[in-house]
Amino acid sequence: MATSILQSSQLLPEDALHTFVVEAGDPFLLEIWKEQVVRIVDLEGNQAVDTLFYNAQDYADRYSAQDTIRQQGNVYLTTGTHLISSNGNVLLTITADTCGRHDTLGGACSTESNMVRYDLAKGHMHACRQSFMKGILEWGRGLEKRDIASNINFFMNVPITPEGGLTFADGVSDAGKYVELRAEMDVLMVISNCPQLNNPCNGYNPTPVQILIWDTNVQ
Amino acid sequence: MESSMLWAGTVPGGATWSHVLKRGTALRMTDVEGGANVAAYFLNFDIPAERFNLPDTLKAQHTARLTKGHVLYSDMGRILCSITEDTVGWHDPLCGFSNNTQVEQKYGKASYQQFRNEWHRNARDGFLVELGKYGMGARDLHATVNFFSKVTVDGAGDLHYNANNSLPGSYVELRAEMNVLVLLNTCQHPLAPGSDYAPRPVELSISRVSPPGSKDPCRMHCRENTRGFILTELFFL
Repeated sequence: MATSILQSSQLLPEDALHTFVVEAGDPFLLEIWKEQVVRIVDLEGNQAVDTLFYNAQDYADRYSAQDTIRQQGNVYLTTGTHLISSNGNVLLTITADTCGRHDTLGGACSTESNMVRYDLAKGHMHACRQSFMKGILEWGRGLEKRDIASNINFFMNVPITPEGGLTFADGVSDAGKYVELRAEMDVLMVISNCPQLNNPCNGYNPTPVQILIWDTNVQ
Repeated sequence: MESSMLWAGTVPGGATWSHVLKRGTALRMTDVEGGANVAAYFLNFDIPAERFNLPDTLKAQHTARLTKGHVLYSDMGRILCSITEDTVGWHDPLCGFSNNTQVEQKYGKASYQQFRNEWHRNARDGFLVELGKYGMGARDLHATVNFFSKVTVDGAGDLHYNANNSLPGSYVELRAEMNVLVLLNTCQHPLAPGSDYAPRPVELSISRVSPPGSKDPCRMHCRENTRGFILTELFFL
């Protein structure tokens, strides 16, 4: 699979069933039904969108970063990537991508990992896993910390080198770029619109993103 | 490192093993025949909600491979284990573990009814059964590490399995920085080529070791690890 497969979508925003804006630093949860299409738009550019997916009928069956990269033989996510669950199901497929490359190894920032990575005094800064916790606890239905697995970072650039290096690099995204996914089964999407201010993943300025949903079987 | 061996044993290929590795002890894994793979998962035994976090481990140490000097981080900014010895040089943190479908497709079905304990086993089922013994299940199983295996990533992001990474007698040692529930599985690496079901055994030994000093190589590996050790030691105050 090539690193970057730029593919735009034929779907029109005016035909969308729903449109949402997720403000910088906020959680967002949405059920997406089989054959619906979801688009995530990086409205202002260089905004990491930390995202988890679950089988809507069985939250123990959830997005697995390791199964996804192993199955496609490539560490980056782009058009054509099947998002694989821990039980081996295809949750969603990336059907369009105008950014070209998304990360699934960098995980989500947390207050604790910020203390390790940047400074012990940074433990009170807002972080993605605070948003994940708030989002899933408010959603209820039994979700708890152990359900927060390794996530996808849409629009985030984490290059891996042949020597085994890993860095958080400047984003490859830009204002208006988007990624679109078709649900292959009923899923729950859990987003943290990343509030990180300590590295370039959000261009040091977290900004809102837009979520659009289409019902493709009535197009 | 000053140490005294407390226990030694062998885990055959395809098996699962677990132990609460106490703070102040170290687990050595030795690849007896060469070509072994040990999938490993770690939890804080005192607070099992705290467990190994692969992304935090990789990004804190700016690495997509693991070797001596690296540590294994929990999701709480603390260190579960430190890699204090390693004659291999590269352990794979990217590719996860085998499951039933994959093992059956690759190696064919070999049932217990027909093959008894030579049947084909997979790592996911092994981990789930073992976690069940501690009252946990699929929701508690997160990303794992593959000791003794090497998978490189090229410029396009493609994964490449490197054969012959671990020679006979190679070993890696993990020092517990808290009381760690260690789960190991010795099934083949999911990207290992070939269609022969031939998981290799590993020898294990546990020794008492000195606590990490102020100049400990894992503590000094990077500023992130220095802070990780501070947070880990705070847990025991």
